[in-house]
Amino acid sequence: MKRLPVFLLALAALGALLAAGPARAQGETPPAPAATPSDDAVNAIAKNLYCPVCENVPLDVCPTLACQRWREQIREKLAEGWSEQEILDYFVLQYGDRVLAAPPRRGFNWLIYLAPPALIALGAWTLYRLMGRMRLAAQAAQTARMDARPQHVDDDTLARLEDELKRRDQGE
Amino acid sequence: MLANFGYGALVISLAVSLYGIGAAIYGERNKQPRWVDSARNAMLLTFPLLTLAAASIIILLVTNRFELDYVYSVTSRSMPTYLRVTALWGGQPGSLVFWSWLLSLFTSAVTLRDWRRDREFLPWVIVVALVTLAFFLVLIIAFENPFLRYWTGSSGAVVTAMFQPRGLELFTPADGRGLNPLLRHPGMIIHPPLLYLGFVSLTIPFAFAIAALITGRTDDRWIRLTRRWTLWAWLFLSLGLILGGRWAYDVLGWGGYWGWDPVEVAALMPWLTATPFLHSVMIQEKRNMFKHWNMLLIIITYDLMILGTFLTRSGVLSSVHAFAQSAIGPMFFGYIVITLAVSLALLSRRWDELKSEGELTSWLSREALFLINNLVFIAILVVCLWGVFFPILTEALGIVGQAFPSVAHIFNGQKVTVGPLFYERATGPLWAALLLLMGIAPLSAWRASTGRTLGRGMVAPTIASVVALIAVAAFSEVRQWAALLAIWLCFFVVFVTLYEFIRAAAARAAAHSLNFIVALWQLAGRNRRRYGGYIIHLGVVLMAVGIIGIEMFQTETQASLKLGETLALGRYSIRYDSLAEFDTNDNRNVARAVVTVFKDGREVGELYPRRDYFYESDQPMTIPGVRASLEDDFYVLLVDWQPISTQNATFKVYHNPLVNWLWLGSLVFIAGTFVAAWPEKDAQPQPERSRAARAAARA
Repeated sequence: MKRLPVFLLALAALGALLAAGPARAQGETPPAPAATPSDDAVNAIAKNLYCPVCENVPLDVCPTLACQRWREQIREKLAEGWSEQEILDYFVLQYGDRVLAAPPRRGFNWLIYLAPPALIALGAWTLYRLMGRMRLAAQAAQTARMDARPQHVDDDTLARLEDELKRRDQGE
Repeated sequence: MLANFGYGALVISLAVSLYGIGAAIYGERNKQPRWVDSARNAMLLTFPLLTLAAASIIILLVTNRFELDYVYSVTSRSMPTYLRVTALWGGQPGSLVFWSWLLSLFTSAVTLRDWRRDREFLPWVIVVALVTLAFFLVLIIAFENPFLRYWTGSSGAVVTAMFQPRGLELFTPADGRGLNPLLRHPGMIIHPPLLYLGFVSLTIPFAFAIAALITGRTDDRWIRLTRRWTLWAWLFLSLGLILGGRWAYDVLGWGGYWGWDPVEVAALMPWLTATPFLHSVMIQEKRNMFKHWNMLLIIITYDLMILGTFLTRSGVLSSVHAFAQSAIGPMFFGYIVITLAVSLALLSRRWDELKSEGELTSWLSREALFLINNLVFIAILVVCLWGVFFPILTEALGIVGQAFPSVAHIFNGQKVTVGPLFYERATGPLWAALLLLMGIAPLSAWRASTGRTLGRGMVAPTIASVVALIAVAAFSEVRQWAALLAIWLCFFVVFVTLYEFIRAAAARAAAHSLNFIVALWQLAGRNRRRYGGYIIHLGVVLMAVGIIGIEMFQTETQASLKLGETLALGRYSIRYDSLAEFDTNDNRNVARAVVTVFKDGREVGELYPRRDYFYESDQPMTIPGVRASLEDDFYVLLVDWQPISTQNATFKVYHNPLVNWLWLGSLVFIAGTFVAAWPEKDAQPQPERSRAARAAARA
C-alpha cells in the first residue's frame, strides 16, 4: 500500500531531473558580441523565433527570402550590441507573441505550463485512490472468504485435506 | 465521361452505405437475418464501387485531364507516371477518396470472416463501419469533390462545377500546377497510405466495441476478435509515423526528424491511446478487470483518429503539412462530438455490467504496472492535446478580452506558437517513465508481485546495466547526468528483456533437453504475443538510443565559405570544392555543391548538398548531403550561395550522434510486431467443425 506513492514520487523526481536537463544545455549557447556576428550566433537566436508566415518552421532553418531578411536583421542588431532578449522583444513588439517558440509566461499563457502538470497529478491521485479502494475491496473479499470457511468445511475434512496435500508434496 | 462515371460511383456507394445501415438495423430489430445479410452485401458492394471511383481519379491523373480542378492542382506534364498515381493522396479530395477506399477494403475484409459464433455482433459492426464510411462520402460529395471541372464562356471567366452550366464550355488548361515538391519523395509516397491504413483499421476494434456495448455481450470476446486487427492497425500507424520522420529528416532540411508540428502531433495522438489499449486489453483477458477503461480507450482512440484525419486535412492548424484548407471543419467537429456522445451514452448504459471480476491485490502486480503505464501514456496525450489546441484557445478567448476591457491584458487574443521546446520539456520525463516501466513490468507477475520477488528478478539486469553505463562513461565524454540516466534506462530495459528471453529459454532447454537456440526459437513460437512484445520493446529501446543521441548530443554550425575553405565541427570538417547550377527536364533548377568531408583530418568522401527550386510551384527544397554510420550522421545543408560566380557558399552542418539506431530500431520494432501479430490457428475449440470432421472420419 505504501509503495505506490514512493514509486510515483520517484517517477516525478526522475521527470523533474530530466526536465531540467535540456534547460541547462540551452543556457550553454553563448551570445557572441563580436563585431561581425557569426552565423552560429544569429542561428542561436533565430532558433527561438518563428516568422508569422512560415508557420511551424523555426527561423534558423527556414529557407524563404523573408526569413533570410529576418536573420540579417538579427545580425545587424547583434553587431549594434543588442542582447538576445532585446532582439526577441523587438520582434515581439512588431509581430506579436506568436513569433516566440513558446508562449511568454504571462497572463492566460501561464495555463499552458500549469494545466498539464495539474491534470497529470490529478490523474495520478485518482488512480492511486482507485487502486487503493480496489485493494481494500480485495482484502475484504479475502477476509470474507476466510470467515466463511469454517461454516462449509469441518475440522476433520480440513485435516484430511491438509494431510493429503502434505503426502502429495512429499511424493512429488 | 470518366469524371461523371467516378462521381456516379461515389454517389451510388453513399446510397448503398445508407441502405446498408438501414437494413442492418431493421434486420437486427426484427430478427430477420436476411436483412442483415443484405446489409453485409451492401458493405461488400462499397468496395468495388469505391475502387471504380479511385481508379477513375487515377486514370484522369495519369492522362493529363487538366480540365479537372483536382488533376490541375496536383499534377503537371513533367511529372513521371508513378508520381501521378500517388497524386491520388497529394491533395485533400483525392486523399479522402483514398481514405474511404481503404476503410471499405478493411471493413469488407472483416465482414468476410466466419461469423457463426459472433452472429449478434455482425449488424452493429456493419452499422459502425458504414456510418463512418457514409460520413466520409458525404464530405467528399458535398465539399471535396475530386471530379469538379473548369467551365468557361464568352466572357472568359472560368468557373468550377461538377456539371456543365448553361452556355458554358469545358475549359482545359495547358498544364497543371504540379505536386507539392515536398511530397515527391519516396518517404512521402508511402507515409500517407501507411498512416491512413493505421487510422482506418482502428475503426474495426471500435466497431466491435460498440457492437459489444449494444448487444450486451460484454465479456472479452470483442477484444479477442479484434486483437490482431488492432495490432496491425498499430503497426501501420507506427510505420506511418516513423516514415514521416524519415521523410522530414531527408527533405525538410532542418537536421531533425520530428518538429512537434501540430499535424505531427495530431497523427501521434491516436497512437498514444492505441498503445496503452494494446497493453490494457491484456488485463481484461487475463484478469477480467478494467473493462470500462478499455471501452473508454478505444472510443477515445477512434475519435482521436477522426480528429487526426481532420487536423491533417482541414487546415485548421495551418502548418507545412496542412497544404489544403477547406470548409469541412465544422462537419468533422460535429461528427466527433456526436460519435463521442453516442459511444459514451452506450458505455454508461452498460456501466454496471462491465464491473471488474478480478481483484487488484498488489501495487506491483503486472495489472497495476500496466495501469501506471496507461496513466503515463494518457499524460503524454494530455500534453499533446493541450499544446495543439492552446494557440486556438488563446486566439478565441480574445473575445473575452474585448468584452471586458478590465481583463484584456490576460485575454489579449494573440495567437501564440507552441514549439518543440514545450513538448520536449513536458513529455521528456514521461517518456523516461515509460522506459522505466518497460524495464520493470516484464519482471512482474499477474495478480501478485512483492517487492522482494520483483527485486530478485532485477538484480542481474541492474548490475549488468550499471556496468555497461560505467563502460560508456569511461569511453566517452558523456557527463550530463540526464543523458547518463537515459542511457542507463536503455541498458536496463535491454538487459531485462534479454534476461527474460534467456531465463525462459534456459528453463525450456533444461525441461525438454533441447539445444538452447532451439529452445529460444520454440519459445518465441509458442507465446508469440509475449515474446513479440519483448522484441518490440527492444526495438523501442534502440529507437530511444537514436532519439537520445540526436536530441541530447546534436551539434551544429554554419558559415559562409570561399572555394577551397573549410568549416570544422567536432571531429569533422568540410571543404567547399565547387557548385553547379542547372535546369532539369522535370522543371527544376538545381544548385548542387560538392564538399569533401574530413574526419580527424583524414579525407572520408564527398557529399552533395543541394537546393532544388521548383518552377511550377515556386518552391525551394533543401536536400542534405548525409554521411551515415552507426556512430553518427554528418549532415550538410546548402543554405545559400553566390549566383553565377559561385565563389561563396553558405553551409550548415549538423553532427547527429547515434541517429541511425532510430531507423534500425524501427526495423526490429516491425519484426517484433510481425511475430506478435502473425496469424495463428484459432486455439479455441470449434465444436461444429470438429463434429463435421468426426463425421467425415467415420464415413
